[in-house]
Amino acid sequence: MSFSPFRRRLVLGTGLTILLLLPAMASFAGDPYLITLFSRILIYALAAVSLDLIIGYGGMVSLGHAAFVGIGAYVVGILSFHVQDGSLLLSWPFELQASDAALLVWPAAVLISALMAVLIGSVSLRTSGLQFIMITLAFAQMLFYLAVSLEAYGGDDGISIWSRNRLPLVDLSDDSSFYYICLVCLLVFLYLSHRLVFSRFGRVVRGAKQNELRMQSLGFPTYRYKLVCFSIAGAGGGLAGVLIANQNEFVSPGLLHWTHSGELIVMVLLGGMGTLFGPVFGAAALLLMEELLSAYTEHWMVFLGPFLILVVLFAKRGIYGWLSGAGGNHA
Amino acid sequence: MLKLRRVEACYGSSQALFGVDLELADGSVTTLLGRNGMGKTTVVRSIMGMLPLRAGVIRLEGREIQRLPSYAIARLGIGLVPEGRRIFPNLTLRENLLVAAANYAGASEPYTMEHVLSIFPKLSDRLNHFGNQLSGGEQQMLAVARALMINPRVLILDEATEGLAPLIRAEIWRGLTILKEKGQTILVIDKNIDALLRIADHHHIMENGRVVWSGSSSQLAADKTRQSRYLGV
Repeated sequence: MSFSPFRRRLVLGTGLTILLLLPAMASFAGDPYLITLFSRILIYALAAVSLDLIIGYGGMVSLGHAAFVGIGAYVVGILSFHVQDGSLLLSWPFELQASDAALLVWPAAVLISALMAVLIGSVSLRTSGLQFIMITLAFAQMLFYLAVSLEAYGGDDGISIWSRNRLPLVDLSDDSSFYYICLVCLLVFLYLSHRLVFSRFGRVVRGAKQNELRMQSLGFPTYRYKLVCFSIAGAGGGLAGVLIANQNEFVSPGLLHWTHSGELIVMVLLGGMGTLFGPVFGAAALLLMEELLSAYTEHWMVFLGPFLILVVLFAKRGIYGWLSGAGGNHA
Repeated sequence: MLKLRRVEACYGSSQALFGVDLELADGSVTTLLGRNGMGKTTVVRSIMGMLPLRAGVIRLEGREIQRLPSYAIARLGIGLVPEGRRIFPNLTLRENLLVAAANYAGASEPYTMEHVLSIFPKLSDRLNHFGNQLSGGEQQMLAVARALMINPRVLILDEATEGLAPLIRAEIWRGLTILKEKGQTILVIDKNIDALLRIADHHHIMENGRVVWSGSSSQLAADKTRQSRYLGV
């Protein structure tokens, strides 16, 4: 089975049009909160797409992806703290001044997230199945408690960020501008993910998901391929963390908690695991449900559970697969 | 080309191979015969580095390979068509071929997608179908074609025609005949003795983890008693 090309284009075209026109529609409706809500959806979509790279395409079910989101956010938070404080970021072995310039902070955050993913992945990927899930969870919880213990950076209370990062020509403090930056980040990451998934590298990772030994006997050191994929996903998570920190102007250890990783997995499952665009729809569905239902009851998750069961039972490829007209192998 | 000397291998505490000697000459088609459970697939797993040896040496063109990981052995030029096909069901037929495409052994006239599709022309119509959308015969042809895409010095086929319809089997044997004519070194494990007698140059019969007989096609064809005793023909 495969996606119906017409329905797929229709769904994606409609979705993209809505996203492009959203600030104008929000302004027309007189509800600027919509921009904030959809910025959040775009950011979580980015995190979910990055998670889907390893879960959906690589078969690596990680319960620690929030750690990379948290690392990205904390890099922004810690640098912002030192800029505000006027203190040095490092005084030994050399003096290093903090910065709030997005062109410096964002790549640094993404790089640090990717390096942490290499570190965590190099250990975790020596296991598989349930052990892999547990070891990624353990690493994420270690980092969670590390964040809680950072009293200089607010400990359990987190760090307040005085102002969003500075970007040349774009005022990130303007919600509409920030929204479009989030949209660009998501679209660029989707494009790169598409290139990755359908490259030779992506074929090796997808093949290894089905039969790792077989892929090795074709000449591929699958561990290295999976590790690179894991670190790319970590980098994506880090970028999402950067955007979350800038949007909320606040960073707390909760971002690294395993329940946050669970939410990202739910987004991937809801939207369509192993599809590029599915996690975007999953993030939108979950956050919109939360927004709408939480207005009526604080126990909105009671409704999420049955909905998730229905999607898993009747929409094999999630909401995106259902909207696009089938359960193809990928898209 | 490929030599096994006194190879011993175990599954846990259970020994499966007891000093297996085997030699594949360059450009030859060699078979490994025997009833089920005699150790044929274990030999293949040992060659491919999927099962560590307890003792013995495996050499590919003089180089010891028994301690190398599977991917390194494949890169040295051993292509495997595994038992049970094992194609990648979540990749299209084209992707199954492209993912394997390499010339690790530096073949002067490497196999390309066009080459392998000319050997198995039935695959040409199914390039955009996913692996799990192919018939058993197509999957088997794809498994052979994919192994060729790494341009192996030695091609190993483990039960390549098992469970296939006679017409599809004939297609596989026809493909192997073309490969033999091209000078491809091949190790075949199969039960179809008539076809193997036609195609292969040398045969080795295994029983209880040992090679108990080796000889040419004419010798094996003439020895009906041995065929009956070891192969159940």
